Amino acid sequence: MQRNVKFVQGNEACVEAAVYAGLNFYAGYPITPSSEIAELLSGRLPAIGGKFIQMEDEIASMCAIIGASLTGNKVMTATSGPGFSLMQESLGYAIMAEIPCVIVNVMRGGPSTGIPTHGSQGDINQARWGTHGDHSILAFTASNHQDIFEMTVTAFNMAETYRTPVILLFDEVVAHMRERLVIPETGELPLVDRLRTSVREGIDYHPYLPREDGRLPMSDFGGVHRFNVTGLYHDMWGFPSSEPRVVHELIRHLFDKLENRVNHLARYKEFFLEDAEYVLVSYGSAARSALHVVKERRLRGERLGLLELQTLWPFPKEMIREKCANAKAVIVVELNLGQVLQLVKMAVNNPERVFLANRIDGVFITPIDIMNILRLIQGKGV
Amino acid sequence: MAINKYLRERFFPHLWCPGCGHGTVLNGMLRAVDKLGMSKNEIVMVSGIGCSARISGYVDFHTLHTIHGRALAFATGVKMSRPELNLIVPMGDGDALAIGGNHFIHAARRNIDITAIVMNNRIYGMTGGQYSPLSGQDIIATTAPYASIDPSFDVVELSRAAGATFIARTTTYHVKQIDDFIKQAILHEGFSVVEILTQCPTHFGRKNKQGSAVDMMKLYRDITTPIGSKAKQENPNLIERGIFVQEDKPEYCREYEKIIEKAMGS
Amino acid sequence: MAKPILKAHKIRSDWCKGCGICVEFCPKKVLELDEFERAVAARLPDCICCRLCELRCPDLAIEVECK
Ligand SMILES: Cc1ncc(C[n+]2csc(CCOP(=O)(O)OP(=O)(O)O)c2C)c(N)n1
Ligand code: SF4
Ligand code: SF4
Ligand code: SF4
Repeated sequence: MQRNVKFVQGNEACVEAAVYAGLNFYAGYPITPSSEIAELLSGRLPAIGGKFIQMEDEIASMCAIIGASLTGNKVMTATSGPGFSLMQESLGYAIMAEIPCVIVNVMRGGPSTGIPTHGSQGDINQARWGTHGDHSILAFTASNHQDIFEMTVTAFNMAETYRTPVILLFDEVVAHMRERLVIPETGELPLVDRLRTSVREGIDYHPYLPREDGRLPMSDFGGVHRFNVTGLYHDMWGFPSSEPRVVHELIRHLFDKLENRVNHLARYKEFFLEDAEYVLVSYGSAARSALHVVKERRLRGERLGLLELQTLWPFPKEMIREKCANAKAVIVVELNLGQVLQLVKMAVNNPERVFLANRIDGVFITPIDIMNILRLIQGKGV
Repeated sequence: MAINKYLRERFFPHLWCPGCGHGTVLNGMLRAVDKLGMSKNEIVMVSGIGCSARISGYVDFHTLHTIHGRALAFATGVKMSRPELNLIVPMGDGDALAIGGNHFIHAARRNIDITAIVMNNRIYGMTGGQYSPLSGQDIIATTAPYASIDPSFDVVELSRAAGATFIARTTTYHVKQIDDFIKQAILHEGFSVVEILTQCPTHFGRKNKQGSAVDMMKLYRDITTPIGSKAKQENPNLIERGIFVQEDKPEYCREYEKIIEKAMGS
Repeated sequence: MAKPILKAHKIRSDWCKGCGICVEFCPKKVLELDEFERAVAARLPDCICCRLCELRCPDLAIEVECK
């Protein structure tokens, strides 16, 4: 692929990145504000020998990509809140059966049909806890198109590395805004390919037996190894088991494979944190306004810094505690009622010094909104 | 036995109740596969959740045991990406036509080359005998203690209207038809539906005073008749058995190949 | 076509669940359930090798071998 510069929407940046990462199967159902992803891929994928299918709903879309991933494809679906709600059961299946896939949720205001054409960041907890039962999940976000590109590629890489679904939580503002995107040259960003088993035909292959490094080599469904895939607790061949030891080990494995690597999985950006008295913590589109505030106040000598989160799940608690350790106050800037705020409060040493700067009225949060809240906080003497 | 090579024998005896018709469907399906001389590696079986869905655990194919109602959606993903594989999707009546009804009609509409087997026991076996969209009226179920008032789907008519290009129906009594119809369904290129009336003596039989598995099979013998038979003309209440639809229409994956050619050419 | 002749009639009693389907529908009444409710071939010489017991058995417990 040629290095080229484009002026695109965030959704298109995501498409470019997915194709760059090796996407070759997409199933989806249209929903604002994600539909451009499906529209673009319906043209792009067949042109590179990949496949696109518009399913009858989001449940079917999620199921179809799981099926396609099993046969050896890199797969993705994209949706927004209502569709993401419908995907939760099969998302749990992908977690349980350890099937690599990428799910884009371009967030809009909820609950229910909510406010389709306006931005929101209300699905942070849904991404973590939407499907039932104990589990862990990987979720990334991004505030600009270059980062959307990078995090999308990262999502595909992580999905393969950890045999897990990965969620990309973008929001309407970034998804629909147009800005410059430089498409990296082939090889510029590392890609992780499907790890396939070296076990030869005729020799017992265990789809759920981790290697020493914890990774589970796969065998393309329909290939030379026959095995079972199920959403039930299962043994190393994939056969259902209710043996307490098997159940215990599997749930621990599913949880630990991500939660034990929190720091390693943490992607974030920091701006002027070294000496910051006031640390803004933000992500996605909200981080754009937060960065604007920080840069502008720095010019006037105020010691503000920004910690921009790109990995939302597993939540990088330790990193946040460290970065906020010396702050007089931490202000979480987000477009919801404080979903990340609560997590930051749990992470830091002084939760009473963590404040919220948000908007929940469908209107994008501006630097002035943030400044107004900052002044209130400063007025309180913190 | 010739069909034993397709079994995961270590899981036998299987978990179905004594006399459960699902085992006879498994039996017939494997005979069809054997008669076609298919290799284990070319078959992918996708199932959902239910007593019927557990069938996939017993066969030595590529087996994907998914979630309730969604087997056809998973199968669509597998088939689209590997069209050369043979997809067999056995489903219970609830699995296929209650929770999975939407996927069922859309898979049929696309005419994607999948063999759907509806194991119709007119009840939710696995969850303990609640009524299903195929129970029909005047059926006693754990959720219909005063008898069901819900009319039922006719699987054949529903499939036909939705666009399936091979549709057949038989019962566990008529075992020779099971393997014959499944064989033809597998050979058919397009979405094929084989409905098999299969007894659930444990719930449907007991609640509806239909007696043992044997009695229920006798009933299948007595209440069904070949398509267009004289008996049917005399007694319209008889349920017809046979192949209802068998036609050639463009298959989805082949059509998509054309899209790829178009897209690559432009 | 020559009539098939029975070579062997095998019942895996560890798989049989005693449903009686094979017993009831055998056209020659060859089979019966024993005291443990397991199918046994009590009148093998009468068997006409029709295989219906093998095809109908829901537990895949019967194998009929014919010459
Ligand atoms: C989403 C969801 N809803 C409900 C269930 C519970 N459930 C499991 S099997 C089943 C119905 C089984 O009936 P059917 O599909 O007719 O198959 P059978 O057991 O009769 O063979 C239900 C309702 C489930 N597993 N998942
Ligand atoms: S409950 Fe009914 S459907 Fe389920 S195994 Fe028993 S007889 Fe079969
Ligand atoms: S049909 Fe099979 S399971 Fe039933 S009694 Fe005969 S051998 Fe046993
Ligand atoms: S082969 Fe036919 S005659 Fe012989 S035991 Fe079986 S059902 Fe009876």
